[in-house]
Amino acid sequence: MTLDKVKRGNKVRIIKIDNGSLKTQAIRIGIYEGAVFLCSEKLPGGPIILQNRLQEVAVGRGLAEDIEVEGV
Amino acid sequence: MNNCHDTNKIDYKGMKGRKLVLAGNPNVGKSVFFNYLTGVYVDVSNFPGTTVDISVGKYKDYLVMDTPGVYGVSSFNEEETVARDVILGADLILNIVDSVHLDRDLFLTKQLIDMGKPIIVALNMMDELKQNGISIDDRMLEELLGVPVIPTAAAKKTGMEALLKALPRAKQGNREPKLIGLIKQMAENTDNEAEALMILEDDEIIAQRHDMKTAGLRDEIYIERRRAVEDIVSEVLKETSKGASLGVQLGRWMLKPVTGIPMLAATLYLMYKIIGIFVAGTVVGFTEETVMEGIYKPFILSLLSPYMSESSFIGNLLIGEFGIFTMVPVYILGLLLPLIIGFYMLMAFLEDSGYLPRIAALVDRMLVSLGLNGKAIIPIILGFGCVTMATMTTRILGTKREKIIATMLLGLAIPCSAQLGVIMGLISELDAVYVLIYAVAIITIFVLAGTVLNKVMPGESSQLLIDLPAIRLPLLGNVLKKTFQKTVMFLKEAVPLFIYGAIFISALQYTDSLTYIERWMSPVTESLLRLPPETATAFIMGIIRRDFGAAGLTSIVMSQQQVLVSLIVMTLFVPCIAAIMVIFKERGTRDALAIWLGSFAAAFITGGIVAWLL
Repeated sequence: MTLDKVKRGNKVRIIKIDNGSLKTQAIRIGIYEGAVFLCSEKLPGGPIILQNRLQEVAVGRGLAEDIEVEGV
Repeated sequence: MNNCHDTNKIDYKGMKGRKLVLAGNPNVGKSVFFNYLTGVYVDVSNFPGTTVDISVGKYKDYLVMDTPGVYGVSSFNEEETVARDVILGADLILNIVDSVHLDRDLFLTKQLIDMGKPIIVALNMMDELKQNGISIDDRMLEELLGVPVIPTAAAKKTGMEALLKALPRAKQGNREPKLIGLIKQMAENTDNEAEALMILEDDEIIAQRHDMKTAGLRDEIYIERRRAVEDIVSEVLKETSKGASLGVQLGRWMLKPVTGIPMLAATLYLMYKIIGIFVAGTVVGFTEETVMEGIYKPFILSLLSPYMSESSFIGNLLIGEFGIFTMVPVYILGLLLPLIIGFYMLMAFLEDSGYLPRIAALVDRMLVSLGLNGKAIIPIILGFGCVTMATMTTRILGTKREKIIATMLLGLAIPCSAQLGVIMGLISELDAVYVLIYAVAIITIFVLAGTVLNKVMPGESSQLLIDLPAIRLPLLGNVLKKTFQKTVMFLKEAVPLFIYGAIFISALQYTDSLTYIERWMSPVTESLLRLPPETATAFIMGIIRRDFGAAGLTSIVMSQQQVLVSLIVMTLFVPCIAAIMVIFKERGTRDALAIWLGSFAAAFITGGIVAWLL
């Protein structure tokens, strides 16, 4: 499924990032193929917040639609 | 940027020494280290061709250089490009790491190590580990990285002595064997392992400097590096308890809409109280009236009027109503400066506390429908301070498309503080229903303009992808330093523009062109807007000084409906001349012209519609 369909509180593993221009920045910030995150917050119609240990990243809804994940 | 080493462009002001470069993520406390090392004798110079400033100082026989906070070294944006060039010229690197966010920060550490430079790592914010329920084995980290790792809590001065003693021990770290092979191979053509790595990571500019093509390996190298960081962190970091510190909890509340939106409303209200009432009222009252109008203006007039008559062209230009020595300094130093400082300080607080990125996440959805994303909240907030300052900030937006949309919205619907004060005054005299119509009209135009531009403009805007840093109490020193640097940069860019504007308007007034313009505009003002013809002058005045324009309206006798229409037109009308010039400079002539004419049209059409509907 794509990241925008994940429910709050679920843990996911990143499978694929289908967005060429933001892929590099995503990898750099920690969102890379194989990485595991907790969806700590999901703003209604808005960004999805991914958490790993104490780090949190806000991913815009449109970008989340381009990221393939699987539940863990 | 075709020179071999752009660090040669930096003005070291005669200072020499082995280049010790400070590098780290944003908000890790680099400036505390810099100040500790260099003390008072520091020089700040602009990195040529950018809006980035570099601080340079001396410590023993080292030439200490600060870099902008970056998440990695590359050519993605201005900060990273400058950091890259300074780091490439480094003799050794002091990498400052936020130990509470080790997995985020170590990416840069590993990248610096991969560049092959001698490095020493300061594991900062050690004092916050316990309250966050984690512990770090710094000996193990040192072993795995292959470079000295010194635990510090710089704000409390803990570990700084040990760090200074350890500086000579800075060395090359452990690199992935595969990567070493690739680097050595590439380095045969570049003679420089750090630059070889940059080319492997698809840095176009570095490749160009060596007349080579990039290797296309960036994503692969990045992923490997990320995996290595994850492995290291799992070995050295232990979570001791599940307690969430107050900072983390606060961060949660800021983000959840249920608590986040009330918090944001409260923050905005507080901002309004501090800036709208204290700065714009009390402080400006002092600086503009007491100091500039009361002391400076009479002084300069007494100094210069013996040499020129105020009614001559030169007299008009220099000491007349819009004179370069009269109106320009009074406006900039008396009215604008306190407001600019106030807004930049506010921004620095929001940034350093970690609140700003969370605000961006909160408003992202709304801004996406206007073709922007959460990051655009920064220029929007600044726009309420000064549209000129906000337009300069649109540089941080991801695509040209977003920059144009943001600039249009700023120029069209966001009233700057100079104007807001007088508008509030005029509005307070209207009946509540008219105030409502005003608010609705402005907000509608804002949303409409954004939505239309979003549908009509080609291409796609960038999406929000940001790190949410820790919620921390901002260090006052940092806030002041940021405010100072940004204010100086603003003055450097804006003052010449105001001067050109003043010259232009003086010329207009001298040639009595203003009465012609008023007459020429009367079909619009009288027939379409149903306003007295003098309002045309007020609108034109608004181009020089936003507050003059609005103030000009107070002296014209008008019905409540007419006041409403003129307020709407005033707000939507083109921004002041400094802002217009910045728009031309930032967006280029063609787009700027479209924005300018669009504001004219939107202002008059909206005003006309309201005038005829009432």
